[in-house]
Amino acid sequence: MPKLKLPKPPVPDALVPRAKRPGTTGKTRPLDVAKESGISAIDWVDERTSLAGAARWMMFRKIPKGTNWFYTLGSATLFAFLSQTVTGVFLAMYYIPDTAGGAYESVRYITNEVFLGEFVRGMHKWGSSVMIILVMLHMARTFFFGAYKYPRELNWVIGVVLLILTYVMGFTGYLLPFDQRSYWATVVGVNINGTGPLVGPYLNDFMRAGPDFTQSTLARFYSIHMMLVPGILAALIGAHLYLVAKMGTTAPPWMKPEKKGDVDREGA
Amino acid sequence: MNRAEREAYLREYSILKAQGKPFFPYAVAKDSLMAVVVMIVIILMSLILGAELGPKADPTTTTYTPRPEWYYYYLFEVLRVIKPPELTPLATIGVPTICMILLFLLPFYDRNPERRPERRPVATVAGIVTIFAIGYLTYMGAEAGSPNEIELETPERIEAQGGEVLASFEAGRIVTAQSGCLACHKIGSNGGTIGPDLTDVGERLPAQAIARTLQNPTAPMPSYDSLQANQPEQFEALVDFLSLLREDSE
Repeated sequence: MPKLKLPKPPVPDALVPRAKRPGTTGKTRPLDVAKESGISAIDWVDERTSLAGAARWMMFRKIPKGTNWFYTLGSATLFAFLSQTVTGVFLAMYYIPDTAGGAYESVRYITNEVFLGEFVRGMHKWGSSVMIILVMLHMARTFFFGAYKYPRELNWVIGVVLLILTYVMGFTGYLLPFDQRSYWATVVGVNINGTGPLVGPYLNDFMRAGPDFTQSTLARFYSIHMMLVPGILAALIGAHLYLVAKMGTTAPPWMKPEKKGDVDREGA
Repeated sequence: MNRAEREAYLREYSILKAQGKPFFPYAVAKDSLMAVVVMIVIILMSLILGAELGPKADPTTTTYTPRPEWYYYYLFEVLRVIKPPELTPLATIGVPTICMILLFLLPFYDRNPERRPERRPVATVAGIVTIFAIGYLTYMGAEAGSPNEIELETPERIEAQGGEVLASFEAGRIVTAQSGCLACHKIGSNGGTIGPDLTDVGERLPAQAIARTLQNPTAPMPSYDSLQANQPEQFEALVDFLSLLREDSE
């Protein structure tokens, strides 16, 4: 098997460690040990996990010439997802999925009583819109740059699943404040699903946890919104990122390589 | 893309990649800056727009108009465009499902090796048309607000009858206006076009049939069963009003 070539970190020349001049004493002084402490710590972890190679592969891989600001839309979406996760965790600390009034009361409590409660709830509410917009822009960039073509077809498919799951998050999360607006929108939304051929009525019963809208419906929406879909989202984002690193980010379609006789192919 | 084209792509890409820069720190710096922008936008939206909480959900009164989150407007709006009731499943599930499948399979039916947008006009035009369609439908969905007032002259024949009929007509008008019917149905000059026009519903259906439809509607209309169970007078007012509507009501 050929040896796997891992990219090297881009370190300025002055900082590259040099071998000691011959003739200097081999004694290690405490200062030297302190200087090396970071490296030793990483070595310690690497000896037990072998993760340093993966980290180098991920972080020091080359991104093609011409990569521009459009290429930050994907990571921006990821960041919006992380923001939703963090704010969502804080909201879940106070939220009670109770149709008898507990749900609405807990949201009212978050909004009016909890320190910075309305701010965090606002971040979560508007963060969802921001995330949808970023997902759409990211997809538009991928589409117009032809980045879904060979060899990245599978990553496009995963991306479409991520888009749909993001919409599912929007739908299930909309019910949770349990005010009139969210309740009736969800009733109609679920009814719309029920008109689907074959699976429609079954899907409907599954979403409502029965023929009627009950306590179980809210609990079901809550658990789908905060456990099931985020879990799948996180796993698929991992797969999406792995494929991005594996296949490399595309160059803008109009980019042509520089004509040079000898091209350094290291790390390609 | 045939084999030769694939190999040519991989070859050219490996050169472009070799001429590029490492992900860390160059791309990481850009991504971090973008993350800061996203964070600032979310924080500003939260501070400026706040997190409003509407009145508490009440399954017994249908006084609220169903309105989805704005990024669902364009899907909702498809319902308005495709009107005939027998085609409703097509609008609610059919069209979105077909679009979804088309989106999934995009890399498999678009096998053109060309990547520059200006050299694959069909794909580029289709993409731009899709963006405009989504934008237009979203705008239409946002515009088609939810009127809570029925702009309808009280017809002369009802004024002529006076007394009880007139009173129940006026009471029913208020209940109907509060019940969110106008989000989907048109009565007089106001209302949506998702559901059938109700301006002359009294001509088409007897009161009993109207009551039955309200309790047992065809999807996606919500059922008014709970209104009947909890506030029967309101439900009756609703049915009376609707059954009094005739073509001359305008």
